[in-house]
Amino acid sequence: MSGWKNLCRLLPIVALAMFVLTGCGDPYLSALDPKGPVAESQLSLIKLSFYIMLGVFIVVMVIFTYVLVKFRKRPGQTGIPKQVEGNHKLEIIWTTIPIILLLVLAIPTVITTFDLAEKFPSEDVVNVKVTAHQFWWEFDYPDLEVSTGQDLYIPTGKKVQFQLTSADVIHSFWVPALAGKTDTNPGMVNHMWFQADQPGVYQGKCAELCGPSHALMDFKVVAVSPEEFDTWVGKMKAAAERTPATATAQQGQEIFNKSCLGCHAVGGQGGKMGPNLTAFGDRDKVAGILEYNKENIAAWIHDPQSKKPGNLMPAFGDKLSDQEIDSLVEYLDGLKINE
Amino acid sequence: MAGHGHVAHSPKRHTGLMDWLTTVDHKKIGILYLVAGGFFFLLGGLEAILIRIQLMYPDSKIFIGATFNELTTMHGTTMIFLAAMPVIFALMNAVVPLQIGARDVAFPFLNSLGFWLFFMGGLLLNTSWFLGGAPDAGWTAYAPLSSAFSGRGVDFYVLGLQIAGIGTWLGGINFLVTIINMRAPGLSFMRLPMFTWTAFITSTLVLFAFPAITVSLVLLMFDRLFGANFFDAAAGGNEVIWEHLFWIFGHPEVYILILPAFGVISEVMPTFSKKRLFGYSAMVFSTVLIGFLGFMVWAHHMFTVGLGPVANAIFGVATMLIAIPTGIKIFNWLFTLWGGHIRFTTAMLYAVGFIPTFVIGGMTGVMLAIPTADYQYHDTYFVIAHFHYVIVGGMVLGLFSGLYYWWPKMFGRMLNETLGKWNFWTFFIGFHLTFFPQHFLGLLGMPRRVFTYQAGVGLESMNFISTIGAFLMGVGFIIFIWNVIVTNSKKKDAPADPWDARTLEWTIASPAPEYNFAQTPLVRGLDALWTEKMAGNKKMTPAEPLGEIHMPSASILPFLMSVGLFIAGYGFIYHMYVLIGVGAVIVVSCMFTRSFKDDPGWHVPIDEVERTEKEARA
Amino acid sequence: MSTEVSTNLPPHPEKATLEGKNKVLGFWLFLGGEVILFGSLFATFIALRTAFGSGPASQELFSLPLTAVATFILLTSSLFSVLGIQAMHRNDLSGVLKWFGITVLFGLAFLGLEIYEFFEYVHEGHTMSSGAFGSAFYTLVGFHGAHVLGGVCWITGLLSKLPKKGLNVVTAPKLYVASLYWHFIDLVWVFIFTVVYLMGKVG
Repeated sequence: MSGWKNLCRLLPIVALAMFVLTGCGDPYLSALDPKGPVAESQLSLIKLSFYIMLGVFIVVMVIFTYVLVKFRKRPGQTGIPKQVEGNHKLEIIWTTIPIILLLVLAIPTVITTFDLAEKFPSEDVVNVKVTAHQFWWEFDYPDLEVSTGQDLYIPTGKKVQFQLTSADVIHSFWVPALAGKTDTNPGMVNHMWFQADQPGVYQGKCAELCGPSHALMDFKVVAVSPEEFDTWVGKMKAAAERTPATATAQQGQEIFNKSCLGCHAVGGQGGKMGPNLTAFGDRDKVAGILEYNKENIAAWIHDPQSKKPGNLMPAFGDKLSDQEIDSLVEYLDGLKINE
Repeated sequence: MAGHGHVAHSPKRHTGLMDWLTTVDHKKIGILYLVAGGFFFLLGGLEAILIRIQLMYPDSKIFIGATFNELTTMHGTTMIFLAAMPVIFALMNAVVPLQIGARDVAFPFLNSLGFWLFFMGGLLLNTSWFLGGAPDAGWTAYAPLSSAFSGRGVDFYVLGLQIAGIGTWLGGINFLVTIINMRAPGLSFMRLPMFTWTAFITSTLVLFAFPAITVSLVLLMFDRLFGANFFDAAAGGNEVIWEHLFWIFGHPEVYILILPAFGVISEVMPTFSKKRLFGYSAMVFSTVLIGFLGFMVWAHHMFTVGLGPVANAIFGVATMLIAIPTGIKIFNWLFTLWGGHIRFTTAMLYAVGFIPTFVIGGMTGVMLAIPTADYQYHDTYFVIAHFHYVIVGGMVLGLFSGLYYWWPKMFGRMLNETLGKWNFWTFFIGFHLTFFPQHFLGLLGMPRRVFTYQAGVGLESMNFISTIGAFLMGVGFIIFIWNVIVTNSKKKDAPADPWDARTLEWTIASPAPEYNFAQTPLVRGLDALWTEKMAGNKKMTPAEPLGEIHMPSASILPFLMSVGLFIAGYGFIYHMYVLIGVGAVIVVSCMFTRSFKDDPGWHVPIDEVERTEKEARA
Repeated sequence: MSTEVSTNLPPHPEKATLEGKNKVLGFWLFLGGEVILFGSLFATFIALRTAFGSGPASQELFSLPLTAVATFILLTSSLFSVLGIQAMHRNDLSGVLKWFGITVLFGLAFLGLEIYEFFEYVHEGHTMSSGAFGSAFYTLVGFHGAHVLGGVCWITGLLSKLPKKGLNVVTAPKLYVASLYWHFIDLVWVFIFTVVYLMGKVG
């Protein structure tokens, strides 16, 4: 059974090689490369449990390999091996040691479970209300009176506390590099918090099957310095006074107010059926998934279903002329907060 | 028995298709379960391959959106309910009555009914592919996605599983009564072979777990078909009820699946190392404990739901506790091998391969039991990797081991060992290639049930490896099918005890005669056959004189009743009350026929028993 | 396993044969599963019992005298089924027919009251769709009602063949498990009366 032995020797090496090969994945997506205290405490538990389990695995594999090599039936071997009923001493050992190991694991488990469930007073945190929709994310800052969609702006070095709910089915709010996930349940409000220590654009995902475009329900967490964040909030509030820069964009605004405002809000005006577009021009993705450029914006408006099946936005390809769509795109592209 | 011995009925024996439709013989029902389970396993495997093809490269456009969700939903549902469960029931049917020295199960008619209900339910569910689309809300069918945001496919899920579930539930009761009431003289509970013990605990879990999914399916059906508001938050409903009920069933279901595999390993290892099972009482105790704990931990599937830190901590720690009895089992198996004469037959290879694989699955299980760490793992490929290590690496390897081991007893032919080894190595290596990388995919940020992933974030190479592994597993399964076909063309020449084994089923001919035991055996120790072998006896001591043997009559009613429910199922799905009526009339009239026409059975005369026994010895 | 009527009924005819023993044990296990079934329905009901939606609140809806009568009828019917089993143990066929016959009649009376009750509720705007409370109420109480209906049909069926078949080791286990079943649905009703009606009226 040399093939078997080789494989056993290979397994840990393969595991190690995989770690080395892949590194820890994308720094703004991977749970193995935490960028804030919550994800860090979660990773430390992952590591602790992994090392304990690896120890157990090695013990099992050593006995396992030894037994298979030593006690395989040799050619010509006859007779009957000694029939052993059991061994109390051994059985007590392999009952007690796991209990001790689990205790080592259980204590930090219980402590962090309560730690991460803590709620903070409003003055110490940025409060954000997250409402998940098929297949986009709505973010409201109740204390700051600002709303946005898809891109969640947060200040670095400050706790962000979330109240999570859903407008339709169950989704799950997950930013691997910052914190584990929490479900958004329709009709209920869940709580969680995280903090980003460094500025950056972190990737967020929906982690609960929510329909045909579950895979495409991405969002971004944009962590900026506290000063930049304050500036951003100020500009968001002032966004209602913005005027389009060009005549085409002006035309686009008229079309927008006629055809889009029922569902999409800009600068505090408009419906909440679709994402808030106040800072649309700052995004680096269209609809969370497509590369940000004018062609993709136009393509999305033409036929959103082909990009994100099952979403609620109707196709405007047959409702608006190409020229109208172009001016709409120009208007949307101008909806910038950060210059 | 009143009037025993002078029943004038002639034996009703059917042949061909009619025999299979009407049989109440546990051995034939076991084969039916195996064939049906194998068929659904192929379907589920095909769905898995299609999933992996879509995920082989980022941004593939082969199966996207709802189609992909249909594939994942049907893959999970098929594998759990229509492939794993029936193959377990196949082994239980084929082996348990023989291991306890019984002539059949307690309720042969119910046994047949259980099979046909399962089969018709599975068929109903799979016809959805041709009738407007399969269910696409995940095998867990979380509401309100399943109740208010999915198409007709979910109705097929609800009705199909409801019908199949009733069948499984009846099967559970049947095995409990069989094991409690029909053990041969001398076979006390603490002498029961481990496989029968695990069948007993699994049946207990079936008995208490399946009603929970019955209720959850009823609630979902009422929401979908009759305007109820169980899961509609706007009308005061609560979608978390579904999750609780589903997992109150769903978690024990995991142990329903894995325990019989534990049982198989506990039979195969002693036989092929020629040693008795190390720590038998501890093995029994840990099986019972796992079964018990299995009901206490369902909310570990719901750590991210927002149940609060108290519930999460309690369920987390309770889940970790399961590692203790499981660890006991692993070490007992290792020490069963210790000092033995280990023969690496295919059955043994599977049993041996089971250990490292299942240990990895168990370890990630402990890691998942930490609620805050689970916030990261939950609903990612890490979880996919974990439960495939447990279910495929644990249960499927165990079932393959059992099939190679008991194949001669079921069919009278030995499976080819060379092909068997090819089968094992391709499947085993393919399995690890497929699922080992998925642990990392999850941690690197890939959620489960996604039809695509981004390029350039470190997910491509491992997804590619995973797909290659899936193909290799497919090759492994095809080799198994090929082995079955090759074996089937050979003559039935398997000896009664081909492996030099230890338990009662190996005391009778391969395949077992219709009546199993010409004379009920007297059991004089743990490992009944081994006990006699050690005492220098060639065969078991009979516990009764040779007499004519009472047999239950074959019946077409279970098949007809299942067809009735199948028809009524379509009635519910399409709101066609005529069909519901037709189905109900069929079911009720079958029930009345069964109830009012007493079935006295028939008897195998002594001379036929003697003739059969003599032929088997020749 | 014979259809012949034995004139001497053994002391516990329901467990005199292996088939009988299996049937009784299997039926106890069946009831064990039913406990989980109703337990799940109760849990669901308790979670949703105040979500009245557009329908009336349980306090205004329920009329305790009516349910008290229904409870009394069902509890009494259970007593009659005990008398029926005692008659069976005495090998008293006509006693069995009489007492189980009364059991069935009381079961029908209970069902009549329940149908009347449901009819009234629907009239007052309490329906399957009026709110989650309505859904949970009709599902739990309706499941019980369907069990009563099933029991009525089952026992009626058994009784209809009994004069011809007589009391023997084949029919005795059937009667015995039917009475077990009847006690069980009686017990479930006690919980429904407490959890649904009393708590709904008071809480």
